[in-house]
Amino acid sequence: MDFGSISPVLLLASLMVAATPLLLAATGELVVERSGVLNLGVEGMMITGAICGFATAVNTGSPLLGMAAAAGGGAALSLLFALLTQFALANQVASGLSLTLFGLGLSALMGQGYQGIKPPPFPELHIPILSDLPFVGGVLFSHDPMVYLGLLICAAIWAMLKYSRAGLILRAVGENHDAAHALGYNVVLIRICAIMFGGACAGLGGAYISLIRVPQWTEGMTAGIGWIALALVVFASWKPERVLLGAYLFGGVTVIQLNLQAAGVAIPVEYLAMSPYLITILVLVIMSADRSRAPGSLGRPFHASS
Amino acid sequence: MQLKTILTTAAMALGLATTAMAQDPTKVGFVYVGPVGDGGWTYEHNQARLAVEEEFGDKVETVFVESVPEGPDAERVMTQMALDGADLIFTTSFGYMDPTINVAKKFPDVKFEHATGYKRADNVSTYGARFYEGRAVQGHIAGSMTESNTVGYIGSYPIPEVIRGINSAFIHARKVNPDVEFKIVWAYTWFDPAKEADAAKVLIEQGADVILQHTDSTAPHAAAQNAGGVITFGQASDMAEYKPKPRVSSIIDNWAPYYIERTRAVMEGTWESTDTWDGIGAGMVEIGEITDAVPEDVKAEALALKDRIGSGEYHPFTGPINKQDGSEWLAEGETAEDGTLLGMDFYVEGITGKIPQ
Amino acid sequence: MLKLEKRPQPSQLWIYLTPLIAVLATMAAGSVLFAFLGKDPVVAIRTIFWDPLFSEFAFYYRPQLLVKGAPLVLIAIGLSLGFRAGIWNIGAEGQYIIGALTGAGVGLAFYPLDAWFVFPLMVIAGALGGWAWAMIPALLKVRFGTNEILVSLMLVYVAEQLLASMSLGLMKNPEGRGFPGSRNLQHYESAHNAELITGTGMHWGVVAAFIAVITAYVLLNRHILGYHIRLTGQAPRAARFAGVVPARLVLFCLGTAGALAGLAGMFEVAGPAGQVSIDFNVGYGFTAIIVAFLGRLHPVGILLAGALLALTYIGGEIAQSQLGLPAAAIQLFQGMLLFFLLAIDVMTNYRLAWQRREVA
Repeated sequence: MDFGSISPVLLLASLMVAATPLLLAATGELVVERSGVLNLGVEGMMITGAICGFATAVNTGSPLLGMAAAAGGGAALSLLFALLTQFALANQVASGLSLTLFGLGLSALMGQGYQGIKPPPFPELHIPILSDLPFVGGVLFSHDPMVYLGLLICAAIWAMLKYSRAGLILRAVGENHDAAHALGYNVVLIRICAIMFGGACAGLGGAYISLIRVPQWTEGMTAGIGWIALALVVFASWKPERVLLGAYLFGGVTVIQLNLQAAGVAIPVEYLAMSPYLITILVLVIMSADRSRAPGSLGRPFHASS
Repeated sequence: MQLKTILTTAAMALGLATTAMAQDPTKVGFVYVGPVGDGGWTYEHNQARLAVEEEFGDKVETVFVESVPEGPDAERVMTQMALDGADLIFTTSFGYMDPTINVAKKFPDVKFEHATGYKRADNVSTYGARFYEGRAVQGHIAGSMTESNTVGYIGSYPIPEVIRGINSAFIHARKVNPDVEFKIVWAYTWFDPAKEADAAKVLIEQGADVILQHTDSTAPHAAAQNAGGVITFGQASDMAEYKPKPRVSSIIDNWAPYYIERTRAVMEGTWESTDTWDGIGAGMVEIGEITDAVPEDVKAEALALKDRIGSGEYHPFTGPINKQDGSEWLAEGETAEDGTLLGMDFYVEGITGKIPQ
Repeated sequence: MLKLEKRPQPSQLWIYLTPLIAVLATMAAGSVLFAFLGKDPVVAIRTIFWDPLFSEFAFYYRPQLLVKGAPLVLIAIGLSLGFRAGIWNIGAEGQYIIGALTGAGVGLAFYPLDAWFVFPLMVIAGALGGWAWAMIPALLKVRFGTNEILVSLMLVYVAEQLLASMSLGLMKNPEGRGFPGSRNLQHYESAHNAELITGTGMHWGVVAAFIAVITAYVLLNRHILGYHIRLTGQAPRAARFAGVVPARLVLFCLGTAGALAGLAGMFEVAGPAGQVSIDFNVGYGFTAIIVAFLGRLHPVGILLAGALLALTYIGGEIAQSQLGLPAAAIQLFQGMLLFFLLAIDVMTNYRLAWQRREVA
């Protein structure tokens, strides 16, 4: 056993990387759910974003264009979900699950011929002075730009929900769509925008895995991260700042677990792998004391005549 | 429909399936556990399928179903292939063992080949590869090249196959470098690129400058490349896109010669139930190109080791070898029996840490 | 402009018409997909929808429809009760795993005892295991008001880790040469959930699925509890006035769903699958959610939806092997089918009407 071999700087730094795809996807889904829509198709949108981004980056040689394509791909797929749930008034749970199935199939088809290729490397961001600071420099300021974009999006959503008129409208639609409709807001349009934003974020999260974190393309490579992102939103009780916390917790447990193993600590791996989920449940129970709760209209279909 | 009718139809159909075989091209079915694009295990089986097509041209017809879950789905896919007139079916995952035996009972005239299992029947053969022979060569390179004396090893599940590989690599790393230590992490998955990347990063952060992996994605190579100064080895397939560094060599599963030989045996009517466990000698385990990142002398030694294993002159598990607790396993000059190797559930002396229970 | 107008009553005509139209639309869209992949679309569609039912080898595929469909229907029936009352159990996959573990655990504990009571005990253990696993989100919801969607989903991952741990440790076959996975229950007669009549696919799980369909039908239409469930889903406040105790309803709905999912897992592990292994669960718990909604949460609808999905699975496998279609294409095709079914279903409750903008 050798705890000394675990470097806190590197541990925290890899924690930030491991948390980024979760953070992106969960922030997107948070906006969707705040508008009163439950989209269980995050995994499908992530994997579609992963291949759209990968294919574009490989073909154009530009990882940035790849990221843009990933956001576009995720949003395009989420539009399908929007059509189903907002115009055809289909059940959201079933539509979301179907979207995942569809996305997994679609991405695998699109990805044929992209296996075993290395994508163009993402430019490392070297921030002068800051990156060279001892400790903090290594932990905070030596990452790829997407890590910061993830944090930025999360912060922007926090500010939007808290301070802006747009945030107020979004929350109104999510809390009580009939009242929002009566006030003259276009519920369907707002929700479609929210859904597409969620799709774009999930796509970015997926491409972060295929272009930066792994980086390669293989079928089914998101391996369940989309589901964890879904859980995160509820864990965070629909608050962006808690999404950030949750993403670090979830990303962190895996990294810490592997660190302990490598340091030779005899830990029961299966039980440790369960721990983020058990902790989530525990946190939920504790948090039930404060009255944060789901948006009032979450999962309910809206039709102007009803 | 009456039960009797069902059974008669079944019997008739089976009869049809077997009589049809005489004129038609030989039909060979493949059941895969992952997608053919996994870049690892299933990919190599599919390459071998293509080699069979290449070898026999119109005389053979191959069919495959990918991503078949182990269990009843596998049983149904095999039955469906047999009903459709397959003469030979390769089932390419350990978890297909009982389904293969079940289906084989129903179709005595169809030949089955089950990978990595141990249950056989008159029409069921088993085959597997001695990957531990390749691990010995990897261990030699790893032990010679590590400067931090720390080798990281990403394991999938603590099963004999994986433990055998760890032991083999460790023994040969220690032979060239008595100070080398192995850091082993268990990913509890065969395939999860993000987790594998994390595992590799963690090992590198904790001082490993060689990463060995027994999981199927190339993610650890990418992590090693980013870290710089770390070497890796391809697993299951060559993973040549990471040449010449970090990937300095690889173990390649080459099923093609075996698949071609068994297909030919079915065509010529000489097929018999066998148990094949081949290694470097038969070409089932290949050592991918050792790149120039490896010093000349180490490369020469590694190739010599490979040749000695291939010719049967040397067995990677040759005594004296003690078990982890210090008790004797193999005496001086004694080589391990296949039975012990197949069920290996212990580390050899010198490896720290415990096998998870 | 074209607007949707709510029908006063669900249209009887469209209830039967929408699935048909959806399947036809999927066939059309699927044809384009298959043609794009260079396969004959007519042959592909025929292989998926026709061959399992009427081809030369249908005698084998028809029973397989029961084997594949039974767990889906059994789980979906349980889920539909909760869904009707607005109780969202999406963790059936976990309950399925635990049911399999407890069921198989009892069987393995008695090995090699040859006695008539082993299998019934396994059935009880499987149902109890699933029930207990579902009680966790239920009790937390009742006691603390925690969200059951999340808790039940989280418990799926916990159950998967338990499954891996059991297959590698406690339940590992002592004669399995160190490989993961338990003894095969198919070879232990007292524990084997065998076909009741050879060649029909009928095993106890299929029987249980049919019983569940009938029971749910009676419950929902003839029993006060069914009325309470429907009322709670439609008008929770009115339900309270009608004397419904929400907590009791939560416990009942989640418990029943858990028990049925546990049963499905137990019948699967003791029958078609035979053993506990790391990859034992193949997603029945999640697919069953789709089945429940496709069947419009109606027992008979669920039965049909389960059969339709089982058909596309089996037909899809045939198409893969006979036509060389990639598994991904089949997945995509299933996704399309679900989309069309969900989208066209709107016509049951709404109709299209021309309206001038201002009037709305």
